[in-house]
Amino acid sequence: MPDGAEPVLDVRGLKTVFRTREGDVHAVNSVSFHLRPGELLGVVGESGSGKSVTMMSLIGLLPSPPAQVQAGQVLLDGKDILHVGNTQLQSIRGARIGFIFQDPMTSLNPVFTVGNQIMEPLRRHMGLTKAQAQARAAELLDLVGIPDAKKRLSGYPHQFSGGMRQRVMIAMALACDPRVLIADEPTTALDVTIQAQILELVRDLRRKLGMAIIWITHDLGVIAGIADRVMVMYAGQVVEQAPVKELFTRPRHPYTRALLKTIPRLGGPRGDRLQVIEGQPPILMAAPAACPFAPRCAHAFGRCLHENPQRRPVGLGHDVACHWAAGETAGEIHA
Amino acid sequence: MPDASPRKLVEVRNLKMHFPITSGILRRHAGDVKAVDGVSFDIFEGETLGLVGESGCGKSTVGRALLRLYEATSGSVVIDGVDIARLGQKELRRIRPKMQMVFQDPQASLNPRMTVAAIIGEPLAEHTGLRGNARLARIHELMDQVGLNRAFANRFPHAFSGGQRQRIGIARALALNPRFIVCDEPIAALDVSIQAQVVNLLEDLQDRLGLTYLFISHDLSMVRHIADRVAVMYLGQIAELSPRDALYANPLHPYARALLSAVPEPDPTLESSRRRIILAGDVPSPANPPKGCNFCTRCPQAQPVCHDVKPPLLEVTPGRHVACHFVPPITAAAGSTGGPEASERNRQGEDR
Repeated sequence: MPDGAEPVLDVRGLKTVFRTREGDVHAVNSVSFHLRPGELLGVVGESGSGKSVTMMSLIGLLPSPPAQVQAGQVLLDGKDILHVGNTQLQSIRGARIGFIFQDPMTSLNPVFTVGNQIMEPLRRHMGLTKAQAQARAAELLDLVGIPDAKKRLSGYPHQFSGGMRQRVMIAMALACDPRVLIADEPTTALDVTIQAQILELVRDLRRKLGMAIIWITHDLGVIAGIADRVMVMYAGQVVEQAPVKELFTRPRHPYTRALLKTIPRLGGPRGDRLQVIEGQPPILMAAPAACPFAPRCAHAFGRCLHENPQRRPVGLGHDVACHWAAGETAGEIHA
Repeated sequence: MPDASPRKLVEVRNLKMHFPITSGILRRHAGDVKAVDGVSFDIFEGETLGLVGESGCGKSTVGRALLRLYEATSGSVVIDGVDIARLGQKELRRIRPKMQMVFQDPQASLNPRMTVAAIIGEPLAEHTGLRGNARLARIHELMDQVGLNRAFANRFPHAFSGGQRQRIGIARALALNPRFIVCDEPIAALDVSIQAQVVNLLEDLQDRLGLTYLFISHDLSMVRHIADRVAVMYLGQIAELSPRDALYANPLHPYARALLSAVPEPDPTLESSRRRIILAGDVPSPANPPKGCNFCTRCPQAQPVCHDVKPPLLEVTPGRHVACHFVPPITAAAGSTGGPEASERNRQGEDR
């Protein structure tokens, strides 16, 4: 680990496999990362890259079968939570790790009031009385910017708009002052002006509460505006990891570079044609023995086809899993 | 691209699409959802008009009403000289091949029980005399055009990825040599690395076949890439309609400004220094739009007049139309490129 404080969350060599009738799908392949206190780690990747599955595996939210976490360690404040029992895991989820899901409509229960749902973790994990929980729930709704918070507690989810529902979800995730907040595409289902409201809220909450956040998204624009550090995933692996400015100014992995080039910009010069990454991401029916990006990579050479590259440091807090990029750096260092 | 004398291919005037709300077992008419409420614009031959806005603003409804997939409540839609809003079913069917649609969700818009060849061949069977080998030859030609391997003609949609399915949908839309295609969020369901492939394909086809597009999207960065002119919709009406570069360099309508400032840019340095306009609140219900300007409930610059009088969509500089009381129309725009003769107000979109 480069600098500073002990990580709140340290994930080592996590491997998750889905056992299906067609065979094993290797969704997460030896993923390692850490999260420092107060840090916001952005996780980017396309659908199927394993970003959600990674986060769900580490807090035991995947149905098993078919999912099976086959290897790895997940240290929360130094203690392994991957191999603890279900009851203990339940006391960690919601209390020490909060979760925000993509679609606030399907993750809120339509038959309970919003107040009821925010109070549930408070009473369960913190042992508050009903009156205390109610007061705290109103406080939380106020914190996430819902006007007239006390009255809105008795409202049902359908009475809230999409953006307001996402605020409720955030309030629920924050209820027990978690050490770590995992947000899985929390703004993807929202319109841009509402997304801007939520991003502003999260920036503000970080200043006030200072919890560590993992933010999963496919939108590099959102990442650029909110993350401290970014992890790029492809085919169930971390292919590159760097501080946010470093990643956007000096991307090393050919996938990261291509991804940054294919998205059109709002400002700056407008290209005549969009850059394209040919082909499609693979579905891994076996543990990858070669670089999974090699078939789409412009720089692939012999070694890429029979050896899966390991992550190697290429700068301060910057590492990349690529034979070509690592070679490029070695050249720079020796020159 | 519009040349010296661009020809209008599509002219939409005061288009309204109201969906009735009924209540009770007698289904009494209780009100209307004014999904599209008086929209006027032109699309020139060979250009791409981008139509942007947030969910529920009525952009998809405009696209559907344009092709008469909905029966518009009022207004006219003239495509290539024919007002299709008033055509009878027979004439309409004759005209359908000219105008086609590419849908958002390639999963839902392709019949899972039909092979690719049957899907692409269906419009040919319905509208042309092509049979047997001649039809198959045309199907193969279309598959080549959109970059699908013709060896897969007998496979079913589920065997294809999202991007490839969208290519099938595009091939079907091209089958009858249309002049005008409505692309309704054609890339929204695709991953970023696949989006670029589909957008490049649409652009290539436009160059090769001289197509005219209405490109409906909520992705403002992609619209900047593909569109020549852009219309920004809010709550059933057009807030601003401007040439692409002018709009992105300097949006004039307060909503267009807020919308553009809300789009995150993949550049951390820029993002940290950017001034964002964060709009308060949510979009009002189209069943009960505010009196006066549609945007008055969220507009940071709203004045008393905005709550009373609906601003018409007026030309404020040549080619730019804005519906806002506080963007002075062309007469007052000092030093604009147009002389006094350009001060003639464009009445587009002025209603009621």
